[in-house]
Amino acid sequence: MEAIFLQILNGLDKGSAYALIALGLTLIFGTLGVVNFAHGALFMIGAFCAVTLQRIFNASFTTIDESRTDFLGNPMQVQTPYVEAWFGPEIGASIIDWSVPLAILLAIPVMLLVGFIMERGLIKHFYKRPHADQILVTFGLAIVLQEVIKYFYGANPIPTPAPDVFRGSMDFGVLLGFDPNVVIYPIWRLVYFIFSLSIIAAVFGFLQFTTFGMVVRAGMADRETVGILGIDIDKRFTIMFGIAAAVAGLAGVMYTPINPPNYHMGMDFLVLSFVVVVVGGMGSLPGAVLAGFLLGILESFASTTWAIGLVPGINQIIIYLVAIVVLLTRPRGLMGRKGVMEE
Amino acid sequence: MTDQTTHTPAGATTTRKTRETSGILGLKGRDITLMVIVLILTMAAPILLNPFPADSSLAQFNAGYPDLMQRFVIFGIFAIGFNILFGLTGYLSFGHAAFLGVGSYATVWMFKLLNYNILPGLVLSVIVAALFSVLIGYISLRRSGIYFSILTLAFAQMSFALAYSVLTPITNGETGLQVYTSDPQYLQSAGAPDMPHLFGVTMRATETIEIGAWSFTFNFGYYVCAIIMLAAFYMAIRIFRSPFGMMLRAVKSNQQRLNYTGVNPRPYTLAAFVISGMYAGLAGGLMASMDPLAGAERMQWTASGEVVLMTILGGAGTLIGPVLGAGLIKYFENIFSKINDGVLHQWFAFMPDGIEDLLVTIVHPFVGKGWHLTLGLMFMLVVIFLPGGLVEGGQRIATVFRRDRKATNVEDAAAKKRNAK
Repeated sequence: MEAIFLQILNGLDKGSAYALIALGLTLIFGTLGVVNFAHGALFMIGAFCAVTLQRIFNASFTTIDESRTDFLGNPMQVQTPYVEAWFGPEIGASIIDWSVPLAILLAIPVMLLVGFIMERGLIKHFYKRPHADQILVTFGLAIVLQEVIKYFYGANPIPTPAPDVFRGSMDFGVLLGFDPNVVIYPIWRLVYFIFSLSIIAAVFGFLQFTTFGMVVRAGMADRETVGILGIDIDKRFTIMFGIAAAVAGLAGVMYTPINPPNYHMGMDFLVLSFVVVVVGGMGSLPGAVLAGFLLGILESFASTTWAIGLVPGINQIIIYLVAIVVLLTRPRGLMGRKGVMEE
Repeated sequence: MTDQTTHTPAGATTTRKTRETSGILGLKGRDITLMVIVLILTMAAPILLNPFPADSSLAQFNAGYPDLMQRFVIFGIFAIGFNILFGLTGYLSFGHAAFLGVGSYATVWMFKLLNYNILPGLVLSVIVAALFSVLIGYISLRRSGIYFSILTLAFAQMSFALAYSVLTPITNGETGLQVYTSDPQYLQSAGAPDMPHLFGVTMRATETIEIGAWSFTFNFGYYVCAIIMLAAFYMAIRIFRSPFGMMLRAVKSNQQRLNYTGVNPRPYTLAAFVISGMYAGLAGGLMASMDPLAGAERMQWTASGEVVLMTILGGAGTLIGPVLGAGLIKYFENIFSKINDGVLHQWFAFMPDGIEDLLVTIVHPFVGKGWHLTLGLMFMLVVIFLPGGLVEGGQRIATVFRRDRKATNVEDAAAKKRNAK
């Protein structure tokens, strides 16, 4: 029982990332009808927003402290981050410590902007082109974005730690009445899970309970009619693209403490996220979220020694295997609608 | 068709026969020209690709060395095969690298078990890739569009993951499969070379000819690959022009209509899938023949993406496009990644210092390690402005010139008329 619970928990963090990326992909697909292969790159750019903010906060000036000497006997050079000089050492240190959560504030405008530019500058011209062309041009864009990031930040993973409070693990099982030291779980992953749940809830709430969301849903169902009713649906879809980009970016920001970001993390996630979208059902938002968590948890179960002992290598292929089985038995995915992407 | 041949007198069959045998090797008109051009280009490649003298500063743009030329033709084969599937049927496979990898493994296994003669290896690589692609194609082709892409991607990633982990006894995991001295090599005779060879002539056998300042390298391995590529290209022309090729085009243009006319497109698409898988297997086998090593990374989806790039860049659905695309990408990969800041400074040395540094800074991100950026940009530009690839670009330029000529002809005629008056 504890073991099962632990595996479910272990699957949640990856599942959250899959769900968030797949949600953004589905939003873009459902509104604009575009298959966005650059979505993984957006996830990566979000992660690098966190890296950038961390670097900005750590920007320091050097003072020479005559009273101390380094091991060579020269006067000690002391690096003081600007934020510590401005806000005092304590507040400054905690700002640096909290740079990953604070990066959310940076990532939202940046990702919205990136999304707008991408949609207006490139994607707009591909509405009427075949899906293959959309895949190819966004694939090219993903390569370009990835290389730009690599040029500025290098090829190595950059460690971006979580705030001190959230570092380490907690004995999660005790809270739920299990024996101590059985279900131990890193705190940040729990934070990530809760964060992604709230993002998902926010997106669904936005679509469900606001007028804007209602119009967007109407546009997803029948774009032309909404247009005839005198609503500038294109503009709203552009905004939705920005929101989808922001969702991917936020998923990236918060993922950095779990896995140090590098320039190809987006591509690694993208392939899996596409599988997730297809399993969930192309164009179905709840399907994307459900499939994201489901596959994340399945992957974690397949990584147990028991499963690997049963079928060697199952942890490597489980997601693809599930995708193949689902696609062959339920062609529209778990929750796919009729008539989406069926030519 | 069969009815006709049985009932009509001999005359009808003879006319058909003459129609079929007209032209060389069953090719006609423009195809012969195309084939001859490709033949000349590949055969003279060691000379054509070395236009700059060996010790000049432009020598780094030379591509006429064996390693690179082999890659040109091998990836050419890969892209030609991919084009038979994507270009004709429109099914975008993101998992073709799996067949390439399987082909490589098969060939290296032949080296390990028999001897270093490449022939059994190549034959086996094609057969294994065919079987593998029948399996994957049979399942994947039940879906079309993006679902097909995802299914092939899933299969390829699965093969990649398995080759890395569980199948280590067959694939030698991360180290990559290679031939060890302890391998049986049952057919290895005493005098035979212990590197890949074709009936005793090693793939590395190279003849260098120096003419003045130029030096040309003729490599046996390259010519083996080139001849195989020519055969593959010829096959592709025949497939493109055959009724089977017509069926594949019909699948691309309107599959629904095909269904309504009572034709089941699945066998045709499966055949195309298997053929392109065999091409990929052959390319993989040749890669292993040039360098007896096979690694799982050849199956990764980035490798599948590469062949998609090649085909699109050159022009999907055209005959010569994929070969051009493969050559271009491999050439740029090689040349661009060699250019460093020193070379750039040398180029822009004639500029004033400030501008020189500025230009070097601007160009720097696009060359050397950043050449993928150039590739991505190039690829995006092609997809945006030239969906038909370089071939379409060439055609557009050709039409512009032709229109000009026509226009001048008209003007000439008008002028003559005026003069006559």
